[in-house]
Amino acid sequence: MATISLQNVTKAFGKNNVIHGINADVKDGEFIVIVGPSGCGKSTLLRMVAGLEIITDGEICINNKRVNELEPMERDIAMVFQNYALYPHMSVFDNMAYGLKIAKIPKNEILQRVNTAAEILQLQDYLKRKPRELSGGQRQRVAMGRAIVRKPAVFLFDEPLSNLDAKLRVQMRLEIKALQKELGVTSLYVTHDQVEAMTLADRMIVMNAGNADQIGAPLEVYNDPQSTFVAGFIGSPPMNFLNNLFAQNQQLDSSAQQAIDRLLTDLPTEVSATLQQQDNDNLTIGIRPEHLSLCEPPTAHLIGKVKYTEPLGAETLLYIEVQNQQTITLRQAGDIEIPAAGDSCFIRVNTALICLFDSKGKRIQI
Amino acid sequence: MAASGMVIKRGKSSWLSHIGMIIGVIIVCFPIYLAFITSTITPEQVAHPPMPLLPGDQLLHNYQQAFFSGINAPVWKMLVNSLVMAMGIAVGKIMISLLSAFAIVYFRFPLRKTFFWLIFLTLMLPVEVRIVPTYEVIANFGMLNSYSGLILPLVASATATFLFRQFFMTIPNELAEAARVDGASPMRFFWDILLPMSRTNIAALFVILFIYGWNQYLWPLLITTKPEMNTIVMGIKQMFPVGGEVPDWPLIMATSILAMLPPILVVVCMQKLFIKGLVDSEK
Repeated sequence: MATISLQNVTKAFGKNNVIHGINADVKDGEFIVIVGPSGCGKSTLLRMVAGLEIITDGEICINNKRVNELEPMERDIAMVFQNYALYPHMSVFDNMAYGLKIAKIPKNEILQRVNTAAEILQLQDYLKRKPRELSGGQRQRVAMGRAIVRKPAVFLFDEPLSNLDAKLRVQMRLEIKALQKELGVTSLYVTHDQVEAMTLADRMIVMNAGNADQIGAPLEVYNDPQSTFVAGFIGSPPMNFLNNLFAQNQQLDSSAQQAIDRLLTDLPTEVSATLQQQDNDNLTIGIRPEHLSLCEPPTAHLIGKVKYTEPLGAETLLYIEVQNQQTITLRQAGDIEIPAAGDSCFIRVNTALICLFDSKGKRIQI
Repeated sequence: MAASGMVIKRGKSSWLSHIGMIIGVIIVCFPIYLAFITSTITPEQVAHPPMPLLPGDQLLHNYQQAFFSGINAPVWKMLVNSLVMAMGIAVGKIMISLLSAFAIVYFRFPLRKTFFWLIFLTLMLPVEVRIVPTYEVIANFGMLNSYSGLILPLVASATATFLFRQFFMTIPNELAEAARVDGASPMRFFWDILLPMSRTNIAALFVILFIYGWNQYLWPLLITTKPEMNTIVMGIKQMFPVGGEVPDWPLIMATSILAMLPPILVVVCMQKLFIKGLVDSEK
């Protein structure tokens, strides 16, 4: 049971700054997912909390105690590694018991704790096996078991599911979530998979090139992204970005011009006001694929041409080229008729849900 | 395809290749067989050709004489000396190179790379090149005619250090980190994890180094002057008379056969560990 606080945490390898000051507070029992593309510093951040990397600047506190100088073991954490890092020559039992043996916990208590963990993870039948005799999912469970038996204050997960196949990943994801809720242990979880992040997190930290772009609950981040990076990274397919939609000097035919004018009048007044206030050439309009729909010509906001389609059964993704050679994605329900590639199409925008971003990609709040 | 073909193929070509191999084995084994025959006959029979090709009746007598009295020193004494030296060198080399490889791979200390290359450089110098200064050092320490004098100059091993370094570098770093999170101290990690994981490497090296130590010739020849400190490999050479006398061939050959047995034993015993290591690969 623990809280974690990161205060202006910075990491530099030599002169190379990889993490530029991260602030975050984690409440007791919270499941925090750190998500970002590879190389954004998310694993480094986790390893700094674990004590495997030295903290260049700033402070990490677990339960309000500064842990910067403590060894991993003294921080009361347990970590699950991407490649599981099981000791290959030890049985499953010994793998799980190793940390307890070092901590000089009495034998019968070790036995009891490992058996309890094995029961939770359904590993009772495998305790005598070596890691190489287990499947990927079982190894993953052993790695989790090793973390559980220590009864740590904090769980740290470093992309624990990325070595598993897609089906198993979904199953283990649910198991991890259930386990964390059951044990109520504060957890930090690193992943590059935004679906994992969305499904697991109580709150998530979206990282971009060493910065925390946004911290918030998954749906809050999804519905209210603070930057074009977050909007593009969270959600699949990503948010559509449109530039120069209302520029004056475009060569548009009359129907397209009518559509654009209709869009401008249909936008919430605050949005259109902002668009007129500023030099609107530099603004980016963001709209989620599911907030677009096909419509009849008289109500269209955008006119485009279908490039190709992806019918996924439950839903269909349409890739449509609109003005200025910009391609947007439209998501519609699977039972709606699918236009053929090359067809002209008319798109209606759910204007209330438009996001505006400035030239640096920051969200303009309206 | 070729390999499976060879297994299935029957008839003439299979017989031919078998005959070829049998001839090869005979060529390799015949001198050893001859040595064994010589060790079972009387010196007179050796001196008067033709030599018999079947074992004589002196087997027990010759081996008893060689084992318990020998010419300069009894063979059992020399065998013990060789065993101590070979074991000392093999075990010493493995311990030292394991520890130095551990230091080089897992610790960051100043001049780490330099130290590694210094160790590596000694590979370039064979024992013979540095034998005079080494002799001087050992003589000054008063280690002539002693086991420590026989073993110590030969225990440092760049080859073994290099081998363990390469092996440790293939072990994923997460394993060391997991041990750290589990609260293992560096030496604990070494004992509990690195050492058990290296055991097949250790077994392989042990075989090679034991034979290397057993076959040392030049160094024991220089460092030991007393017959009771002779090792068996150099001891055989010492059995030849200095003057024009006829050497006692049966005795010498009995000693040679005895000298071959321990290395064979080590290879045969360790082979099982070898194969086990190859079959169930860990990682």
